[in-house]
Amino acid sequence: MRSGVIAQKMGMTRLFTEAGEHVPVTVLRLAQCQVIAHRSKDKDGYVALQLGSGTRKVKNVSKAERGRFAVAKVEPKRTIAEFRVSDDAMIPVGAEITADHFVIGQFVDVTGTSIGKGFAGGMKRWNFGGLRATHGVSVSHRSIGGTGGRQDPGKVFKNKKMPGHMGVDRVTTLNLRVVQTDVERGLIMIEGAVPGHKGGWITMRDAVKKTLPKEAPKPGKFKVVAAEVNPAASEAAPVEAAPKEGV
Amino acid sequence: MNLIQTLNKEQAERLSAGKTIPDFEPGDTVIVNVKVIEGERTRIQAYEGVCIGRSGHGLNESFTVRKISYGEGVERVFPLLAPMIDSIKLVRRGKVRRAKLYYLRGLRGKAARISEGTHHAGQGREAAEAAK
Repeated sequence: MRSGVIAQKMGMTRLFTEAGEHVPVTVLRLAQCQVIAHRSKDKDGYVALQLGSGTRKVKNVSKAERGRFAVAKVEPKRTIAEFRVSDDAMIPVGAEITADHFVIGQFVDVTGTSIGKGFAGGMKRWNFGGLRATHGVSVSHRSIGGTGGRQDPGKVFKNKKMPGHMGVDRVTTLNLRVVQTDVERGLIMIEGAVPGHKGGWITMRDAVKKTLPKEAPKPGKFKVVAAEVNPAASEAAPVEAAPKEGV
Repeated sequence: MNLIQTLNKEQAERLSAGKTIPDFEPGDTVIVNVKVIEGERTRIQAYEGVCIGRSGHGLNESFTVRKISYGEGVERVFPLLAPMIDSIKLVRRGKVRRAKLYYLRGLRGKAARISEGTHHAGQGREAAEAAK
């Protein structure tokens, strides 16, 4: 199992194919998505990679967090996420994952926080039908109607679908196709919509319900900052000679 | 300019490279040469009609062309920069006072005519000559 990535949703646009069709795409940007730490079987009981993305001013980072970034020798990150990986898919700490980690045509699952809808009624939140427009219905055209029985059971069952807060949920959209990648700008274009608003952070992984194409790089496509080249870096990782900005 | 605008602009430039899109407006009669793929072969099919509206801008601009085909009104919407469009030719300028000529849908024959526009100072005629 390969690592996923953390990306930022930039917005949507369209791409024209040579066949004359157009594909609606969501543009996702990898903002210095680096490995921050490893989770190992011996120490933590499971194998995973901890990734961080985005940038944050040092003054806004707590001392404890600063320590974690200092250990990994990376700049403070805006968001952090862990991805469970198999033993052979480890990526060295400090490596920056690039956009060609995903191959064009493969499917991915995208997890994000959906756009908040506030306090929503039953029609919007649960697709209830509402009441009739006429025939004596007054004021309550969009109400939810009955919610339970009469004397028996004498209560409303738990988990009854009712109005309430909607959105700002963790939502995963499965099987979205990667249409294009741009390594230089760190862009990944995905067919269709992904959860959340523009500028929001999402996590992306290989689709769990589709087979990964053979040409997908393993353990992943990344570049290692020259100052801290790790001998464990596999051939799949082109080592970048130019050192990045100071850590 | 944000990232999406930059991407749109880049793509619009790439798609419009080598193409000259005439400056046509609603009311103008245009010929749209559309690439049609038939199995392995591609051929060009001309679609001539009145442009009854343009919408959107930049990469997302599209236009609607209406014609009467075998007595039946047909409207097609083309993205302005679609790769399936081989070329667009301006045939005749029309004089209209609306941006969207949806009223043509209810009209037939003589009533659906649009008089020749002269507000472009002969540009229409020039274009028509060029088209011929």
